[in-house]
Amino acid sequence: MSTTTETPFQAKTSTGRITDFVDQRVGGSGILREFGRKVFPDHWSFMFGEVALYSFVILLLSGTFLTFFFDPSMAETHYAGPYVPLKGVEMSVAYDSTLRISFEVRGGLFMRQVHHWSALLFVASVSVHMLRVFFTGAFRKPRELNWVVGGVLLILSLAAGFTGYSLPDDLLSGNGLRIIDGVVKAVPIVGTYISFFLFGGEFPGTAIIGRLYMMHIMLVPALILLMVAIHLFMVVVHKHTQYPGPGRNDRNVVGYPLGPVYAAKAGGFFFIVFGVIAFISAFFQINPVWNYGPYDPSPVSAGTQPDWYIGFVDGALRLMPGWLFNIPMEWNIPLPWGTNTLSFNVLGPALIPAGIIFMLLFTYPWIERWVTRDDREHHVLDRPRNAPTRTAIGVAGFIFYCVMWAAASSDLIATHFEVSLNDVTYWLRALFFIGPILGFIVTKRVALALQRKDREIALHGRETGRIVRLPHGEFQEIHAQLDDYKRYKLVGYESPVPEEGIPNENGIVTRKEKLRGKLSGFFFEDRVAPATPAELEAGHHHEAVEAGDDDKAITH
Amino acid sequence: MGNHSDGTPTGADAVAKAGHQEVDVFQDPGLPPHRLRLADTDPKAAKRAERQVAWLFVISIIGTLVFFVGYFGVRLDDTIGTLRIQNTLLGLGVAFAMLGIGTGIVHWARALMPDHEVAEERHEIRTEEDRQAAVKIVDDIIDETGIKRRPLIRNTLIGAVALAPLPAIAIFRDLGPLPGDALRHTLWKEGERLARDPDGTPIKAADVTIGSAFHVIPESLNDLHEGKIAAKAKAVVLLMRLNPEDLNPSEGREDWGYNGIVAYSKICTHVGCPVALYEQQTHHLLCPCHQSTFDLTQECKVIFGPAVRPLPQLPITVDADGYLVAQSDFHEPVGPSFWERG
Repeated sequence: MSTTTETPFQAKTSTGRITDFVDQRVGGSGILREFGRKVFPDHWSFMFGEVALYSFVILLLSGTFLTFFFDPSMAETHYAGPYVPLKGVEMSVAYDSTLRISFEVRGGLFMRQVHHWSALLFVASVSVHMLRVFFTGAFRKPRELNWVVGGVLLILSLAAGFTGYSLPDDLLSGNGLRIIDGVVKAVPIVGTYISFFLFGGEFPGTAIIGRLYMMHIMLVPALILLMVAIHLFMVVVHKHTQYPGPGRNDRNVVGYPLGPVYAAKAGGFFFIVFGVIAFISAFFQINPVWNYGPYDPSPVSAGTQPDWYIGFVDGALRLMPGWLFNIPMEWNIPLPWGTNTLSFNVLGPALIPAGIIFMLLFTYPWIERWVTRDDREHHVLDRPRNAPTRTAIGVAGFIFYCVMWAAASSDLIATHFEVSLNDVTYWLRALFFIGPILGFIVTKRVALALQRKDREIALHGRETGRIVRLPHGEFQEIHAQLDDYKRYKLVGYESPVPEEGIPNENGIVTRKEKLRGKLSGFFFEDRVAPATPAELEAGHHHEAVEAGDDDKAITH
Repeated sequence: MGNHSDGTPTGADAVAKAGHQEVDVFQDPGLPPHRLRLADTDPKAAKRAERQVAWLFVISIIGTLVFFVGYFGVRLDDTIGTLRIQNTLLGLGVAFAMLGIGTGIVHWARALMPDHEVAEERHEIRTEEDRQAAVKIVDDIIDETGIKRRPLIRNTLIGAVALAPLPAIAIFRDLGPLPGDALRHTLWKEGERLARDPDGTPIKAADVTIGSAFHVIPESLNDLHEGKIAAKAKAVVLLMRLNPEDLNPSEGREDWGYNGIVAYSKICTHVGCPVALYEQQTHHLLCPCHQSTFDLTQECKVIFGPAVRPLPQLPITVDADGYLVAQSDFHEPVGPSFWERG
């Protein structure tokens, strides 16, 4: 940089002069040049991540408003506000200030509603976004690390939700904390100590709300912001994935330029998300804490439930039998220094299902990478049907989750459908094991069938519904051939074949390689090969299906 | 910048890759030809879209006004009715203000802004040249620190860094007291009267009719000034009266009840929810949180659900004035299990 003050460029308008002033000091032109016309692919399923980001922004805005009025103290007070049914009732200051926000601060109830609804939407959109990424294979190289960041964000969003849920210190959330305390106490060796440290003494103590408040408004949001920054940074580095189709491949990105179309659509979408949340908050009541009353360890009403995202853990707790064929699931273990208690009936369901889900979630990209030995970069997504085994695994996991989630409403299912509560639990226990397996089998068959249908359409065109009668009396339906673009969408995918274990340099197939060969068979044994030009050319069509004992040949 | 979609094929080998068996594959025909929208060709349609966008922005303005009507126009008067009206107006106002802007911009983008899809080349995430340069830099840095040549520095540094975080852990020790035997005791003691929850009036044995149930606290609970909720969280009790012949007390517990009146801890042995639902006909107690079911006629043995242990029984009797009193504290810790419980 020279020291001369002479600049060749002189802005003409005042906006231009201000922009130029900033530009000369931070180099905004370069940034704009890089990003101003950056291309983003467009698809409705890419909007889930946007919904997550926008609902998080709305959470920050509404949450900041709430902090101005909320007091996280557990000191005892007597209610003196306008809500008649609670007049004179003993309660904590936290609960009292929540009532004040609801009844006395104008717009306070609306802000509480917005905050709670966007929290529910935030976790939901993060979850659905992750499902989209999984089912389309967007987690593959080079995006494995961003998938992990996404998983961390999911856990953080659960933490943010739960810490916030507990703050009003109402009866419902207090019982939620009571359950957390019970689970923590079940942890071997350190559980009791963690419980006493967490609550500052015996449950519920007078410290927990303040501590959760700090985590809810500072620690967890700061971590989420950090992870969001890393997440978006990696999206910029990788550029966005795109769905398969004509003109799209792993070396390009096809879509709309950031300015103006994409920015307008994405920016406009923020207002739409905000608008929808505001609309819901106007008409649908959420968490009316004044109906529940302040926390009291004695009462609890039937049909209580946590927020939806904690449901799967609560459901797992419900599904676990305390006694299995007269064998207790809690054990008193005699040890040299005395007897200790291990509550597997609490610890097992609280940790194992969630542990399985998150373990598989975090490791899946590496498992698939190892099985396929695929080290290429993938920027074109898979249509879920074109990766049948992955899709089936995803559906199995989803059903596993949903069974536990449904179990969190076992009592409501029983009362609503007027069936026995015990029967509902027995059925769900069975589904917990059978559901994922059934889901896997059905999904894989459906995916393969859809692939065959694609193949058929690619080779023979689509049905026009027009029946013609030939001179010799035969009736035929006319099929219209697809154009090249539509056909390419149906045939432009890879269908790997299973691979035997590969011998190492000593000519030995190691046990690990054998396992890999088996898994490769599990993944790719049943496959439908994409249609080829030769088949189209020949007009006749040989067997589409390789291997797979139970696969039927395609008949026309 | 990428080239506009003119239908020229780009990248014909998108599918076939080494190691995969497909050789005979369809060629990528390239981006489909661009199709014009109505607003691109018909100025009338473009004008119409322009007016639609403007109307959506006007709706947003009206929404903002509705918000202020709700905020300043509705007086909160201690009733739920006015609160509901205000909340609805604020919500509707914000909803229209936001949806108007959002749908307006999106409609503008979709109908009027250029909708040519463009293709852009991806860049290599890491070039080999960068990798080699980075390795060289790291090697130089390590070399310049001399950490490999000076193991004394390295080893003491490892020791220091390993120890330095320990205070950060130890400093959290005072988050709470040690458990001690706190979980083994409750407020109940010999002669402590059973009182109604929450007002604390003592219960006479004669008041407890067959089939009735009382939510019970120790009479002295309401005198506590500190730790009242924590004490209550352990001490709450359910009191029920059955036909004495329906009870099947085990040996040593025959005199823990009085005339068919029995008292059990209300805190579930699963994870601590209050076992608040009493099914009078079946003599079952049901925890509404996770549906553990306890059978009163079998000393609150678990007959369904995730709990393992029966609810602890509070031995009771009557005092000289006919009030129900505890014979002692519970004989075992109440509530969820913990490692040291034994």
